[in-house]
Amino acid sequence: MEFGYTFLAMACVFGLFMAWGIGANDVANAMGTSVGSGAITIKQAVIIAAIFEFAGAFLAGGQVTKTIRKGIVDAQLLSGSPDLLVYGMLASLLAAGIWLLVASRLGWPVSTTHSIVGAIVGFAAVGIGFEAVQWVKVGSIVMSWVVSPALAGIISYWLFRSVQKLILNTDNPFHNAKRFVPLYIFLAGFIIALVTLLKGLKHVGLETTTVQNFGIAVITGLAIMSVGIFFIRKIHVDPEADIDFHFANVEKVFAVLMVVTACAMAFAHGSNDVANAIGPVAAVVGIVQSGGEVAQKTALPIWVLILGGGGIVAGLLMYGKHVIATVGKHITELTPSRGFACELAAATTVVLASGTGLPISTTHTLVGAVLGVGMARGIGALNLNVVKTIFLSWIITLPAGAIMSIIFFFTFKGIFS
Amino acid sequence: MARTTISSLFGSSPVRPLQTHMASVQECIAELTPFFEAALNEDWKDAKAQQKKIAKLEGEADKLKRKLRLHLPKSLFMPVSRRDLLEVLTMQDKIANKAKDIAGLIIGRKMTFPDTMHDKLIDFVSRCIDASKQAQKAINELDELVETGFGGKEVQLVESMIKKLDSIESETDKIQVKVRAELFKKEKDLPPVDVMFMYRVVDWIGDLGDLSQRVGSRLELMLAR
Repeated sequence: MEFGYTFLAMACVFGLFMAWGIGANDVANAMGTSVGSGAITIKQAVIIAAIFEFAGAFLAGGQVTKTIRKGIVDAQLLSGSPDLLVYGMLASLLAAGIWLLVASRLGWPVSTTHSIVGAIVGFAAVGIGFEAVQWVKVGSIVMSWVVSPALAGIISYWLFRSVQKLILNTDNPFHNAKRFVPLYIFLAGFIIALVTLLKGLKHVGLETTTVQNFGIAVITGLAIMSVGIFFIRKIHVDPEADIDFHFANVEKVFAVLMVVTACAMAFAHGSNDVANAIGPVAAVVGIVQSGGEVAQKTALPIWVLILGGGGIVAGLLMYGKHVIATVGKHITELTPSRGFACELAAATTVVLASGTGLPISTTHTLVGAVLGVGMARGIGALNLNVVKTIFLSWIITLPAGAIMSIIFFFTFKGIFS
Repeated sequence: MARTTISSLFGSSPVRPLQTHMASVQECIAELTPFFEAALNEDWKDAKAQQKKIAKLEGEADKLKRKLRLHLPKSLFMPVSRRDLLEVLTMQDKIANKAKDIAGLIIGRKMTFPDTMHDKLIDFVSRCIDASKQAQKAINELDELVETGFGGKEVQLVESMIKKLDSIESETDKIQVKVRAELFKKEKDLPPVDVMFMYRVVDWIGDLGDLSQRVGSRLELMLAR
């Protein structure tokens, strides 16, 4: 294929840029809740995010990548002209990356997922043809943007209600916290492990049956739980802390749980959002490596996943930690007993979506989860204007990504052919 | 640095500011005891100083009230209804206002109550201060109520506090009857205009207890949502 290596290099640079942007901005929303609640320090948040974002991207990021790569555009229509798909994917990456950079500079609420999906749909519908877009798939993606915050909200509502029932509203909350928090830790480890395993880890050379999957998930959950119990045992009632606020000691137990859910959240975020950066890269790599074939039967090369994970971590270390600090400062009202419910609900929803290959917004899902706890009368004050800005961001981000990618698409087409 | 979606989702909770306001109200009306002691001894210099202090503390409470109101936009989603919250705030603030009015009226007219009333009046005032103290105690449980999501033991605890508040208030009512009876006995020997204002002061002191009770009952409505 003519310009094959040029395309490959461009894809890697653009993909890295996009992944960097996700690490710099988006991760903060996922990690800020843990920092704000005081469960972990910024340094710990960065370490957790670096490890688990990468792990999530590498272990569970394949499915969504596949959707971005070949689920939105009907590749069959393009079998005669693979270069068009290459231009389009490069244009989408550049458009989404630049849009994210501009918008986050200006302080507009943006979603990486919405930018990239908007960009791909845009170049496909205008640059190639209306029928080139798999509208049914796009429809289900858009549906998932509505369903995911709602689902996270329902889960967090019931999680928090169970915390009230089992721990907070009992005669001895501290004792019950020590008793039941390990179960929540188990739940977090179990769910994340199970969904990741069920979706398959073939690309890292691990093939398992369903029964084995359940077994491994239970073992993972138990392992994490015993580490948690070790730390919970070390917490003793400090009567000083309870003078002003009677639940200070109880919250300390929840803080242990929140370290676990922070890991889960980073894992979930990595598993879903890395695809926004590397999905298009994977598409370009597939075409170039197969010598211009659009069918793309080749599996996703592992190095592409590593590229995405590495880009996120780089963005996080260079810029994202400052954003995490800012976010953390603003949400001190969120105590660990609620923060964990939000994070576990959001992480579960996102990992489920990752397993199904649906690109969703982690941030919006987390907003849904927080509102769920709010519904259970758990949070002092929530600003509902944010819901408005989320809808606004849909209306602005989708066309913005689309228009920019259309412009870049025709530019690349003009340059290379 | 612009705020992200998640950080702008969290508003500042009104619970602490409401508690701070009540603390400042309580500080204000607690000054009524030394004020009455000075005024009943006709030590007008000392009484004037106390009255100024009360007015200053009332002004501080007022500032806190305004600040809290400005920070309660309609878009805020809270575990308690915005209306109940603003109502509690208004009631709290009225307690301080009333204290200021009482001190102002007594100073302005240099009122001298009959000697036989002094003990009962002091008792009346201090019991009304107790009522607002009890209201403050209940308001101070609000953060724990939010923590438990308004359920379980915490609700029972606050309910028992409100019950006690009610009983203190009905006690102040009984003292008020006695104070009025004492004044009634003496009123024929006193200048009629003075007597008129004495009755007014007695009513206002009674209002302190009523307002405290209304803080409690609004809080009770918050529990029930």
